[in-house]
Amino acid sequence: MLPGIPLFPEQASTLAPEVDNLYFFVTAVTAFFALLVVVLVLIFAIKYRDRTGERVGAPITGSIPLELGWTIVPFFIAMAIFGWATLVFFHIVRAPDQTLEVYSTGKRWMWRFQHIEGQGEINELHVPLGRPVKVIFTSEDVLHAIYIPAFRVKADAIPGRYSSIWFTPTRAGEYHLFCAEYCGTKHSGMIGRVVVMEPNDYQAWLSGGGGLSMQARGEQLFQQFGCASCHLPDGSGRGPSLAGKYRSEESLANGTTVTVDDTYIRESVLTPQMRLVAGYQPVMPTFQGQVNEEGLMSLIEYIKSLPSTRQTAAAPAAAAVAAAPGAPR
Amino acid sequence: MTTIVIPRVNYLNVKTTVASWLLTRDHKRIGVMYLVVVALAFFLGSVFAAGVRIELTTPEGDFVSADTYNRLFTMHAVFMVFFVLIPVVPAILGNFVMPLMIGAKDVAFPTLNLLSWYVFVTGFLFTIAALALGGVDTGWTFYTPYSSNVSESNVLLAGIGIFITGFSSILTGLNFMVTIHRMRAPGMTWFRLPLFVWALYATSLVMILGTPVVAITVGMVALERAFGFGIFDPRLGGDPVLFQHLFWFYSHPAVYIMILPPMGVISEVIACFSRKNVFGYSFVAFSSLAIAVFGFLVWAHHLFVAGISPYSAMVFSFLSFAVAIPSAVKTFNWTATLYKGAIWWRAPLMWVFGFLGLFLVGGLTGLFLASLGLDVHLHDTYFVVAHFHYIMVGGAIMGFFAGLHFWWPKMTGRMYSDGLATVAALLVFVGFNLTFFPQFILGYLGMPRRYHVYPEEFQVLNVLSSSGASVLAIGYSLVAIYLVYSLFRGERAGANPWLATGLEWKTESPPLPHNFPETPIVNEGAYEYSKREVKVA
Ligand code: HEM
Ligand SMILES: [Cu+2]
Ligand SMILES: [Cu+2]
Repeated sequence: MLPGIPLFPEQASTLAPEVDNLYFFVTAVTAFFALLVVVLVLIFAIKYRDRTGERVGAPITGSIPLELGWTIVPFFIAMAIFGWATLVFFHIVRAPDQTLEVYSTGKRWMWRFQHIEGQGEINELHVPLGRPVKVIFTSEDVLHAIYIPAFRVKADAIPGRYSSIWFTPTRAGEYHLFCAEYCGTKHSGMIGRVVVMEPNDYQAWLSGGGGLSMQARGEQLFQQFGCASCHLPDGSGRGPSLAGKYRSEESLANGTTVTVDDTYIRESVLTPQMRLVAGYQPVMPTFQGQVNEEGLMSLIEYIKSLPSTRQTAAAPAAAAVAAAPGAPR
Repeated sequence: MTTIVIPRVNYLNVKTTVASWLLTRDHKRIGVMYLVVVALAFFLGSVFAAGVRIELTTPEGDFVSADTYNRLFTMHAVFMVFFVLIPVVPAILGNFVMPLMIGAKDVAFPTLNLLSWYVFVTGFLFTIAALALGGVDTGWTFYTPYSSNVSESNVLLAGIGIFITGFSSILTGLNFMVTIHRMRAPGMTWFRLPLFVWALYATSLVMILGTPVVAITVGMVALERAFGFGIFDPRLGGDPVLFQHLFWFYSHPAVYIMILPPMGVISEVIACFSRKNVFGYSFVAFSSLAIAVFGFLVWAHHLFVAGISPYSAMVFSFLSFAVAIPSAVKTFNWTATLYKGAIWWRAPLMWVFGFLGLFLVGGLTGLFLASLGLDVHLHDTYFVVAHFHYIMVGGAIMGFFAGLHFWWPKMTGRMYSDGLATVAALLVFVGFNLTFFPQFILGYLGMPRRYHVYPEEFQVLNVLSSSGASVLAIGYSLVAIYLVYSLFRGERAGANPWLATGLEWKTESPPLPHNFPETPIVNEGAYEYSKREVKVA
């Protein structure tokens, strides 16, 4: 390899070798077919060349077996690629259960990262080596996309929704983070770096920062906005109890059900009437304009932490202890 | 040397006033008028591309500002896609030769055909106006909510331009379809049709069914932009991803509007210069239809990382692999057509060889992108840029040039220099690969597309790409030079300089105003070279 001309990206996550192996396979298969056709075309063009332009070719019009052969064989090869690629894809989109979560918002033209322990950073993301990390993100304005080539992961940031990527870094170091979805003037300036640290250094870095944990911040907002006055933990309030609701199924007034996930919680805060829970009046006010994306994410973290009342009626403080900094979630 | 008879009255000299051109209903003249506008658009598009490539020779944003850069790549793509790639083969070559090929006097609705041209030019003028007022910076994909609520550039004007131009496609598609159904000469059965006609038929289908969707979509963006209707902007209750579904529901099939007609051209030229039947005629014909139909079912492969469900991604990935098969079938059939041919190396065939090499790479790299696990990494990187340039410039534009060189003698009655044309094909082929092959590597390395400034480690490959672009520019300029020269000094071509079989070669070059002295009668297939004693006239 020539110095200074990279030909292949660094592999820095567990997903990277998986993607690369598939890439080599598809490259080999397609190169074979490309060469086959090119070589045949060249051989025929030279071997059957007629300099006069007066002769005619052999009276061949086609061959059904050949047609079937070159339809069916490529089809099966394509299906093999399809199958393998789909497996890899499901590894990329399905995060493991135990991940370290980091929240992020993109806006023109920067990325903010919010660690649940409280640290916030801009255009930089510190993560520990060897631990699965999940980044949950949205956009405050137009479309963006988080793209970390060394990890082979990418997903669009879409206003009004949460997307996520996950990765387990396998090499300490610094890696590019790009915005991959065109977002206007400084799209190419919406970049940053991912810093993969040894676990100990990461712990040190984490405790170096300040601020409330997202959960505590969420609890503050929960009180401040008066959510707590309706969403009583025992379910006797004007709104449904939120204890243990995260990831559960909720029946809606329109007869359908919904899984209570990040996007649904976000929507319920901003446009509560959109998907109303069965059995409740449309009395919840909208908090559009009062709470920002980070506030929403903190509220989500807080709601996630609320234990099911059936297990324990204890205050969320218990959960806060369980979610001590750095503990796998 | 035999003496060549120049028709005393032909479509070019029958009347020569400007008005006689602007009010013509002759499909041949209309084809030539498209050629003029498309050439202008191609020139403009190339100038913007040059700006982009100059900027990218250095990692810093030092040649133009970020805003200018964004406008450059957007205007490049808008002109190239909507005013070059979509009309280039159907509206120029299709208009000119299709009625000749089926032995008709003209298209079914000659006045409508002229109207299509005016509609096209009107759309073009709106887009030029958008450009003159500062251009558009949304990318040719116009993704919302950036295009509908944020961009401060002339989105509305360009949108109107594209909207209007769409109607020209629809009308042309309609006209071609009716023409192919109703205007075939006696004996010209469906399975005697030249494959170019089949390709145009399939293309017309896509134009008629797909184009209204993009028109509606552009209309919705306009409504949101102008009146604040909440369709795509989530702050107004809309869904930004809905736009992408609608846009690609048209724009994926649109890539087939761009490639199917050139594929038809390839079949014609290969058959002629190998003096053989196209191998597997009916498979080639039906693969065009299969592509046209299945092409409507793969749009969401542009949305694999846009938050669609993994299971729907799976379905669209599967269908994308499936739609690649008919293209592969065509490629194999073209290769087999050369087998045991009597291959006459003339310039049009050299452009076909260029097409084959580049389309092959373009199509095969489509498989990488259709692979879910790879597309996550490759989406919106230079890999995608390289892929579609291989298909659209390497495939569609090479195919157009193959056709233009093939039918130029028919259109103008003059020959160009075969040697220069071969050199140009080679220059374009080499320049093209130098420009776009490094972009595959850049893409896998992770360089995102639409980047004004980029990390230093990508510079070498970008410089290579930019230098390739200059070779490409020389190649295209050479074509323009010898073709224009041939108009004045070219040897007379005669009716059938390639000794080809199609009906278009049975009339004079340039053809008579109404094509044939009398309606031809067809009694054999399109490429019966081997049955006939081919001799120099
Ligand atoms: C041979 C079969 C093909 C397959 C399987 C295929 C697959 C794909 C896929 C999956 C993408 C999306 C990549 C991404 O955005 O991440 C893509 C992009 C694209 N393809 Fe193909 N493709 C094929 C042939 C073609 C043809 C024939 C054309 C045009 C004539 C074409 C033109 C394009 C264009 C224009 C884009 C990118 C558009 C944009 O994002 O601006 N492709 N292709
Ligand atoms: Cu961006
Ligand atoms: Cu597509």
